[in-house]
Amino acid sequence: MARRDDMPLLHGRGLGRRVEGRWLWRTFDLDLTPGERLAVTGPTGSGKTLLLRALAGLDPLDEGEITFAGATLRTWPMPRYRARVAYLPQRPSMVEGTVAANLRLAFGLKAHRGRTFARTGATRMLEQLGRTESFLDQRAEELSGGESQLVALLRVLLIEPSVLLLDEPSASLDEAASAALEGLVAAWLAAQPERAVIWTSHQGAQLERVAGRRLALGPRA
Amino acid sequence: MNEVAYLPIGPWQLALASLAIAVNVALSIGLRLGLARTLVVASIRMTAQLLLIGLVLEWVFALDEPLPILAIALVMSGLAAVAAVQRTQRRFAGVYWDSLVSVLTAAFLVTGFALVGVVRVRPWYDAQYLIPLLGMVLGNVLNGISLALDRFTEGVAQRRGQVELLLTLGATRWEAAHALVTDALRVAMIPTINAMMVMGIVSLPGMMTGQILAGAAPADAVRYQIVIMFMIAAATALGAFGVVMLAFVRLFDARHRLRADRLRRVERGRR
Repeated sequence: MARRDDMPLLHGRGLGRRVEGRWLWRTFDLDLTPGERLAVTGPTGSGKTLLLRALAGLDPLDEGEITFAGATLRTWPMPRYRARVAYLPQRPSMVEGTVAANLRLAFGLKAHRGRTFARTGATRMLEQLGRTESFLDQRAEELSGGESQLVALLRVLLIEPSVLLLDEPSASLDEAASAALEGLVAAWLAAQPERAVIWTSHQGAQLERVAGRRLALGPRA
Repeated sequence: MNEVAYLPIGPWQLALASLAIAVNVALSIGLRLGLARTLVVASIRMTAQLLLIGLVLEWVFALDEPLPILAIALVMSGLAAVAAVQRTQRRFAGVYWDSLVSVLTAAFLVTGFALVGVVRVRPWYDAQYLIPLLGMVLGNVLNGISLALDRFTEGVAQRRGQVELLLTLGATRWEAAHALVTDALRVAMIPTINAMMVMGIVSLPGMMTGQILAGAAPADAVRYQIVIMFMIAAATALGAFGVVMLAFVRLFDARHRLRADRLRRVERGRR
């Protein structure tokens, strides 16, 4: 676990993914250093989502190797890896029940044994989003697309990951909610030096604000 | 085999009974259900298959060798395994093997227990007991497996978002699949539980009725029915559990990934 500061936190070498016989991306390299805000760009269909899913260990790679915190993905126990490299899909799922039930979800899993859901911490984050504590008791099925997106982000932040993989997180948000989401991510990033984030987004202006570096994804990348 | 304690049915009586199917055909034609042809084909198939199995069973019952009887039991199990898969909408590579392994394990363990442990048939392979008991167990295991498999694979396809949500939060594959597994097993057990609940009140089961018609004392026939119901319940649970576990291992890999890509939908052409 000992790690020098110049070593990348998350590291991908020669990554390749084939879909129906066609290489979507190949020989793709990626380095994410602690504290970094990286944007992955590329046209629709270039496989940005599949890259994030591969980094989250949800899809198999056809080529290449991923290393996190000094150990290759193959040697990481996946549940522990995913507890630290958290992926937020573009259209997150909600489980039946209240917002609180959704936020508490991870704490019933073995990977988070010994940790408990802190209602006060969740409330504090909700306040940053301009909501009150009563929002916790709202039914998840009744949330709008944008609200679900925010709840899903909170749910991931509560497990305190080291790396966040955000797939078009503002796709269904208005400007104010978008700004609130960016603020939450920035606060999470600033809280510890060991954290880093990867974004994908169609909004150029957003990437200007949230990303320090851009990496283009494409067939000839 | 012994003295005949029942009235045998001759060919003319069979023909007379077949007139009853005319009710279905008339309804189908009258209401344009488009089922007349299928009904006739199904009736002919049913009659031919049963007459044929009657001949086969006569021959089998005369055998006193375990191997041919076991061979027939294997063929019956194989057919049940295939039929169980054919009623599902989504398949994956190896699903027929998974079904066969589950059918064989569940049916042979439970039927073996019934033959050797409970009814104490001597010799244990006596076809007069083995074949009908196995047949009844298989019929129910088949239903249990196809219900469980259908529900589980449908869950994987429809609730993929929920499953992957859990995985991304750090769930093991087992934690992520748990709801799908319990759901599939619950659905597989419902028909058996329902049948046991109303048995003897709403329904008089076929086996028991058959024994009574053949001249057995109702008190004896009822005991056989109780034994067979316990066997059916156990075998259904075993078979459904087995097939769901095997499907789970195929659709959730050792790296705790959901492999929905291994699932393909089949068009429902055949019955």
